[in-house]
Amino acid sequence: MSYLLKRLGFYLLTVWAAVTINFFVPRMIPGDPVQALITKQRGQMTSEAVRSLYVLFGLDKDESLASQYFSYLGQLLRGDLGMSFTFFPSPVADVIGDGLPWTVGLVGITTVIGFFLGTAAGAVVGWRRGTWADSLIPVTTFVSSIPYFWLGLVAIALLTGPGSFFPASGAYEIGLVPNWDWQFIGSTVQHGLLPAFTILVSSVSGWILSMRNMMVTVSSDDYVTVAHAKGLPERRVMLAYAARNALLPNVSGFALALGFIVGGTLLVEIVFSYPGLGLQLFQAVGAKDYPLLQGIFLIITLSVLLANLLADVAYLALDPRTRREA
Amino acid sequence: MKERILDVRGLNVGYGLGDDAVRAVRDVDLTLHKGEVLGLAGESGSGKSTLAYGMTRLLPPPGVVTGGEVLYHLEDGSSVDLLRLPDADLRRLRWSEIAIVFQGAINSLNPVQRISTQLVDVLKAHSPRTPHRLRQDRARELLTLVGIATDRLHSYPHQLSGGMRQRVMIAMALALQPRVVIMDEPTTALDVVVQRQILRTLVDLRERLGFSVVFITHDLSLLVEFSDRIAIMYAGRVVEEAQSADLYRTPLHPYSDGLLRSFPALKGPRRDLAGIPGSPPDLRTMPTGCAFHPRCPRALDVCDSQTPALGQSRQNRSVACWLHPVAVP
Ligand SMILES: Nc1ncnc2c1ncn2[C@@H]1O[C@H](COP(=O)(O)OP(=O)(O)O)[C@@H](O)[C@H]1O
Ligand code: SF4
Ligand SMILES: [Mg+2]
Repeated sequence: MSYLLKRLGFYLLTVWAAVTINFFVPRMIPGDPVQALITKQRGQMTSEAVRSLYVLFGLDKDESLASQYFSYLGQLLRGDLGMSFTFFPSPVADVIGDGLPWTVGLVGITTVIGFFLGTAAGAVVGWRRGTWADSLIPVTTFVSSIPYFWLGLVAIALLTGPGSFFPASGAYEIGLVPNWDWQFIGSTVQHGLLPAFTILVSSVSGWILSMRNMMVTVSSDDYVTVAHAKGLPERRVMLAYAARNALLPNVSGFALALGFIVGGTLLVEIVFSYPGLGLQLFQAVGAKDYPLLQGIFLIITLSVLLANLLADVAYLALDPRTRREA
Repeated sequence: MKERILDVRGLNVGYGLGDDAVRAVRDVDLTLHKGEVLGLAGESGSGKSTLAYGMTRLLPPPGVVTGGEVLYHLEDGSSVDLLRLPDADLRRLRWSEIAIVFQGAINSLNPVQRISTQLVDVLKAHSPRTPHRLRQDRARELLTLVGIATDRLHSYPHQLSGGMRQRVMIAMALALQPRVVIMDEPTTALDVVVQRQILRTLVDLRERLGFSVVFITHDLSLLVEFSDRIAIMYAGRVVEEAQSADLYRTPLHPYSDGLLRSFPALKGPRRDLAGIPGSPPDLRTMPTGCAFHPRCPRALDVCDSQTPALGQSRQNRSVACWLHPVAVP
């Protein structure tokens, strides 16, 4: 328990550091980004908005750095991430709020499915080492070495086009209004299938390979031989002895992948023009939309830390050796 | 003559196939009698573990049994060849007839399961209809048997000391009252005091429960004290076999003699600790003739050209050495 508290303290410290860096970076940008924005908006900005931009960018000369820092922290706690340039005058929080569900829905679900599918397949293939199952390895190695970008483009080139079931871009049919009716959900699923499939193909093979290798290693461990010698049913030896232990090193890899959902979704969303956080990040970089960039980076940091926390909890649950008696 | 329980005949075990194969066990014949402790000694790398794994079909790849038979004599008088038994029959026979305590107790327990789970799952696998409560009682009884407090039942392996883990493994081996227990260096990783405590426990248990033991170790002095009969292995072959007392008093094979001098005896007069010069041969490039001849202080002319066969040289003693002509080759 104290272990978990220590980790939690560490993560909070990291969050604080990330937030603080986020505070200082825009203050080090040379020039006057607000002036640039006003020019871009061709003067269609209220004086109120201009003033809030100066506050946001720390160019408010009336306030000391310390008081700016504390009001910034206060804003963050209220979920106020400032105004987006590209989607002006939408607040960054709203923009991210629009993108996040698509990213989590598509990449999150496929990451979880990919992990469980790949791990299960890897366990079987590793257990049956030395048989026909070994012939799958070159295939999975090949697939896992294909760059995702390329896989996505090939999928689009081959499977989309006029008259195809699979749309080439977007998350739902243009013209539909997001809500919970069947038409919209159906359209969402139809748009999500192809990107989901490509993500699965490229992630599953990695999990298969790493689980297989761990299975092979663990299979020659003494306790697995003992389990055989005990005359236990083969299923039990494979699941409760071999796979259960082989799984442990993969847990941290899984946590890493979960944390990477938000940050690593860029390619998928660019290739499929999927309106998630990755696409927003891409657009924000192009438009020098600093507030949006900062907001997204903050979300990425938080999700990585959250995933690490999850991994810690998972280890405590799965590996008794990490539990220290008080 | 005592009743036989296990007969190993002409066993050959190798690692790998084809020309690169290493022949780790060569033409081994071995007999275990009912109620006896048979010691198997030899330097590290002489093939003791390979023999134990090979005869129980637990050999991990690339190990393969390339020949021989392992006859197990059941209580009803019939015999089965362990090497040719169908998988399902073998699984039923495992642990209930032949249990094994492996080298390296530290890793013999599944690190993520409680001791209770691992004791109970073997009971469950072999008698699925026993009520849960009875199995728990039996698990507690087994721990008591090897001198572990029953409140340890729900511990995880990492919460126990090395000595306790080895006791748990012995308790587990006795769970189904097997007739044969094979022990491969069961105490090697432990300190001498714990080692002797555990062996005491084991000897007491054997007297009470009457199982037979194949006891494998590189420490011959332990065997002299704890076993009835001893077989000495060198480079994959059994080179001498005798009653413990006879072997201790008059080792016939120069290698046995060297081994006896390698360890301080725990009882009796101190011997001078000469050991054996040189090191065991590489199994891929074995010396011709007697495999021991490059290290043998008493080698004869024939030794580097002809391999001596294991045979009876006198009453109850077998040896493979040109110094001791055998009556029955
Ligand atoms: N996996 C393996 N592959 C190739 N050779 C092996 C393997 N395991 C053991 N050997 C060889 O088999 C011989 C006997 O090993 P082992 O049975 O472990 O000896 P012991 O138990 O007497 O120390 C050793 O010389 C070793 O080189
Ligand atoms: S056969 Fe020769 S070399 Fe081998 S142990 Fe006997 S005397 Fe030594
Ligand atoms: Mg060994």
